[in-house]
Amino acid sequence: MNMRGQLVETVSSILETDERLVLLLGDIGVWGFRNAFERFPERAYNMGILEQATVSAAAGLAISGLIPVFHTIAPFIVERSAEQLKIDFCYQGLGGNFISVGASYDYAALGCTHHCPADAGLLMNIPGMEIVAPGTSSEFDRLFREAYANGHPTYYRLSERENRVGHEVLFGRATVIRRGGQATVVAIGPVLDAVMEAVSGLDATVLYYTTVSPFDSETLRQNAHSGKVLVVEPFYQGTMTRSIWEALGPGKVSLDCIGVPRAFLTNYGTAEDHDKAVGLTPEHIRERLEDLIDG
Amino acid sequence: MSDPHRIVRGMKRMILQMSARAREGHIPSAFSILDILWVLYDRVMACDARNGAGSEKDWFILSKGHGSLALYAVLAERGFFPPSLIEGFAGYESPLGGHLDRNKVPGVEASTGSLGHGFPMGVGLALGLRIQRKAGRVYTLIGDGEANEGSVWEAALLASHHGLTNLCCIIDYNHSTDRHLGLGDVADKFRSFGWEARVVDGHDHEALFRAFDALSVSSPTAVIAETTKGHGCAMMENEPAWHHRFPTEEELETMLRELS
Repeated sequence: MNMRGQLVETVSSILETDERLVLLLGDIGVWGFRNAFERFPERAYNMGILEQATVSAAAGLAISGLIPVFHTIAPFIVERSAEQLKIDFCYQGLGGNFISVGASYDYAALGCTHHCPADAGLLMNIPGMEIVAPGTSSEFDRLFREAYANGHPTYYRLSERENRVGHEVLFGRATVIRRGGQATVVAIGPVLDAVMEAVSGLDATVLYYTTVSPFDSETLRQNAHSGKVLVVEPFYQGTMTRSIWEALGPGKVSLDCIGVPRAFLTNYGTAEDHDKAVGLTPEHIRERLEDLIDG
Repeated sequence: MSDPHRIVRGMKRMILQMSARAREGHIPSAFSILDILWVLYDRVMACDARNGAGSEKDWFILSKGHGSLALYAVLAERGFFPPSLIEGFAGYESPLGGHLDRNKVPGVEASTGSLGHGFPMGVGLALGLRIQRKAGRVYTLIGDGEANEGSVWEAALLASHHGLTNLCCIIDYNHSTDRHLGLGDVADKFRSFGWEARVVDGHDHEALFRAFDALSVSSPTAVIAETTKGHGCAMMENEPAWHHRFPTEEELETMLRELS
């Protein structure tokens, strides 16, 4: 099952068990959630294409004591409604869930209006916003069930593409995938497959992060003795840099990162085409890791 | 029974003094809505400082957060917090700032200040109360300037589509926006969005009470309150320069006399 299918499964199942959950769709996923609309007409709404008012209304639902979950494509939650997320949820200290799809360029052929490589970086600038980037459907299910009612605003970054194998991840905690001595690779969500292929035969630690914020500094501190860290991030390159520096301290780390460059990716094609163009490939990751180890 | 207009004049004097002391605040915006807020808190809403959390309580969201001085005055008058809090308005450690913070001020239900947020929050709150079969009504107040924001009309569309008869949106129509983007017939606009719209004199307490007390049973209710920005102080009335300034000592004296 892909992540969007899992989203329907997970949220529909919690609608059954938790009367506080209210689903709001931005006119996507409507067919997938058709059973939820039928079973819970009072707690499942296709709000329409008005993301700003939907995020504010979600905050109103939270004030009334309910737990909203809003789902639409990444740029329309994050960029169009950034101020609503900032004020109505984070500043007011309300809990809610925002589940996007599309990631950085899943919808490559639709062009830059539907890309959102800025999401994590933008939301990290809003104090109190939690950011989750699951790498598989099963990880989304685990993380959402763990965090959806935690009273904080949480953004879940779903992607059309996922890793082959899911891990038993915990919210707010990194997973040590393998240990090595010469460098540490921090892999975020769906880039893990490419990273694992890249490190094959190299003496490197791989730390797998599905919670981007709050950042698990402790696991990084305990597993970065080489002082060399390569971040592989599925969003704008450099997004995690501040978290790494804050965790390890200035001057303590030789850092490199591979992610999406800060430019409009005006080519179309597929997400895989864009991975190649920006260097989110096993070959390029390996090359940069070898440079870091040798440097 | 005390004369409500006398109480409102007293609150205006308090607002002037607060603002003059702090050298901060949007006085004319507060004076524009003070009669509305007083009628709501004094006569319409089930919502008092001692029994605030009851499941039947009514809610008020001041969407135009820069009218904060009026809400502070009313909440203090109704006993939500001691009037001494008012003294420190806008000070570094005061809970009372130029805009509203729900986590700092008892009785404030939503933090507002950026326009076009409170009204859609009120829509979600009204929907949430209905989902939970709670009886409370939601009153939210927007300014005519605020109605420039697209999210206001998104909210208006949502509220009527979802049949939120427990929601009342008050439009403080002091025509502050006429000089840049006139709103025209606001009642007509709300009606065309599926609302029942009532137009009243926003400084007439009886008219306001009648408009607020019995909401439409078939749609959300819009109350277009025709108001005067800076109402009650000739020097400030409809004078854009006063939007965000505080009175000098001399001006303060003149205005306090006018309101005595």
